[in-house]
Amino acid sequence: MSQNKPEDRAQKPDDVGYWNATRNLTFTAVGIWAFFSFFVHFFAPSLNGISIPILKFPLGYYMAAQGSLIAFLVLIFWFCNKQEQIDRDFGVDED
Amino acid sequence: MTTQAAGGRDFISNLGRIYKLYTLSFLGAVIVLAVLEQLGMPPAWIGYAFVAITIGVYAAIGIISRTAEVSEYYVAGRKVPALYNGMATAADWMSAASFIGMAGSLYLLGYNGLAFILGWTGGFVLVATLIAPFLRKFGAYTIPDFFSFRYGGKVARGLAIMVLMSCSFTYVVAQIVGTGLIGARLLNMDYVVAVYVGLVGILVCSMLGGMRAVTWTQVAQYIVLILAYLFPVVILSAQKYGIPIPQLTYGDVLSQIAAKEAALRAAGDVIVPAVGYINPGFGNPALSGAALWVEYVNYFGLILCLMVGTASLPHVLMRFFTTPSVREARKSVGWSLFFISILYFTAPAYAAFAKMEVYNNVVGQNLTALFTADNLSWIRSYGRVGLIQICGVDATTLEAVRTACARVMQHTGDVASFNPVIQLRHFGIQADAIVISTPEIAGLPYVIAGLVAAGGLAAALSTADGLLLAMANALSHDVYYKMIDQNASTEKRLVVARILLIVVAIAAAYVASFRPADIVAMVAWAFSLAAAGFFPALILGVWWKKATTQGAIWGLIAGFGITLYYLVSTRYFAPAFYETWKGLSIATTAQFQAYEAAKAAYAAAATPANWAVLDRTAQVVANWWGVRGISSGVFGLPLGFLVIIVVSKFTKEPSQEMQNFIDEIRRPRGAVVMQEKESGAISH
Repeated sequence: MSQNKPEDRAQKPDDVGYWNATRNLTFTAVGIWAFFSFFVHFFAPSLNGISIPILKFPLGYYMAAQGSLIAFLVLIFWFCNKQEQIDRDFGVDED
Repeated sequence: MTTQAAGGRDFISNLGRIYKLYTLSFLGAVIVLAVLEQLGMPPAWIGYAFVAITIGVYAAIGIISRTAEVSEYYVAGRKVPALYNGMATAADWMSAASFIGMAGSLYLLGYNGLAFILGWTGGFVLVATLIAPFLRKFGAYTIPDFFSFRYGGKVARGLAIMVLMSCSFTYVVAQIVGTGLIGARLLNMDYVVAVYVGLVGILVCSMLGGMRAVTWTQVAQYIVLILAYLFPVVILSAQKYGIPIPQLTYGDVLSQIAAKEAALRAAGDVIVPAVGYINPGFGNPALSGAALWVEYVNYFGLILCLMVGTASLPHVLMRFFTTPSVREARKSVGWSLFFISILYFTAPAYAAFAKMEVYNNVVGQNLTALFTADNLSWIRSYGRVGLIQICGVDATTLEAVRTACARVMQHTGDVASFNPVIQLRHFGIQADAIVISTPEIAGLPYVIAGLVAAGGLAAALSTADGLLLAMANALSHDVYYKMIDQNASTEKRLVVARILLIVVAIAAAYVASFRPADIVAMVAWAFSLAAAGFFPALILGVWWKKATTQGAIWGLIAGFGITLYYLVSTRYFAPAFYETWKGLSIATTAQFQAYEAAKAAYAAAATPANWAVLDRTAQVVANWWGVRGISSGVFGLPLGFLVIIVVSKFTKEPSQEMQNFIDEIRRPRGAVVMQEKESGAISH
């Protein structure tokens, strides 16, 4: 694929736009990751005072045992869809 | 399934049907064995049948998937669909420790144990966003390939191989130890025999077909391990709550545990952990100042090290080389986490049910009842193999325990008629006992214990396969092909790859046959070592074009070096470490005093016994800011980043050619970068 030779492509403006969009999306994802990996668990002692209705989980324990895992899963699949959209918009998606 | 076709086009398009059939056949075999047990087949035979059937199936897949092509051998021909790569990664990732040990750690540590749940899942977000798509586009066969390409040559490749071997070898030994322990405890096999059965199980899967064979066996192993993990606890949940969804019903158990602990505490019993089962150590109102800091830094530091370590371990990352596209590589990280989460969602349920069982049926019972009650037969079964202790001794016989309890409780009267009430503090259970005793706690037939053994074996073998392949590939591809003989023919490369695989496997099994406790403990090191050694250079290699060869080399040496120094010297040279770094140590006054007393005693009389006390007390105080060894990546990780950035600023920035290639790695479209290099499109 001759149009993919690095010399030809590196300076094109859409490369800069593509990488900016990708980078912004990635940093957003890493920010959400940090929130559910660390930030929310700082409040575990107070969250444990809240009991999830019916299931009776203490909320602080629940967030570390299941809540954050669900957030990670949703986050990855959301990220994949967004990134695929960016790939298509900038015409760098795979065939 | 036609022979020769595993990995071929027909095979790929029929994957769903093939694995459905496989799952049904496996369930059929379980039912047949259950019937045979009712007809009087002895338990030992059932256990052996499970081992023989599952390893036989894995071997069959391994033989069908044999290959003579280099790209099939190293990256399964890059045609593994996202969903199946997710399943294979899940099996690759979840080790004997996840299957057997995780629930037990949660039981023993309470909330603090959840650091393992978070740490071993959250890292996949980093893999999906920061690493996997770019490594896939790069098109390497191994992680050292990437280091060599991006950071110009043999030094970077050699360092990467060193980090890879140091985090993988102890890890694989621990998996083989795991197969030995599962064989010994659940199937009553001889430990060493079980170790070598495990070795055979690993070799038949990986030797002939490399990555291709390992991929399709790992999918099969995932199915066995997840069924085996879910079944006992689903039944237990249905028995206790009428709802077979333990992941939801254990919420109620947690509230009961909290209530029970409040009652026990009011009655003056000692709760472990002291803060209560559902509360974090850093939420203990009794702590303040340095003691509180130690709780915080070790809980959150451990999460960070496990997550970043996950995103840096070569045997995990190499699985994402096998997908057909960059898009599928990203997606398959999501599927990996999905399949992993099924087990990690369930582990806390095991722990909570076991905790409740102990609180309700063990604590407050008299000793004789523990040895006679029908519903407590599990205490006898697992006490016999050293997994349960009462009054500090293995719960083997009533007489032995009675004598120990009389001593512990300072009973002065007649020992033979002594029948004390057992309190929480008298009852000890090993982490490994939680999962394997659950079938018996639920009153299930032996066939389910056999199923759990097969699941544990699948977890250990699948992880061992991945690790072994990562190491053998580094030796055959990076050391032999790239550094020794670049002109080696395909046949020769594959012969060398297989010989090295066998050599590494036998070496690991040989080490495992001695049951090395130290090596098993060192597995926890792998995460911090991988995090500090690989992560900064991997991330900056893609995300910062100006990261230079010198920067990466010194960053890797500094990050990995400081982590290794901390791990080794706080564990094996604790007194010297403490004396060197006194000013940075955090511990309680009592702990400092204990060390000083031991030091004085050793100075007075340099006996081995005094040295042992000195070493033990020194290990408590030998630290920087209270950080435990398992979280030592918190030093190496930032240092690695810092050194790469600073050194890169002072060295010549990478060539325009290299920067253009980084652009190429960042774009999903187009051929893989590495092959262009191999075909001579670029030289540097």
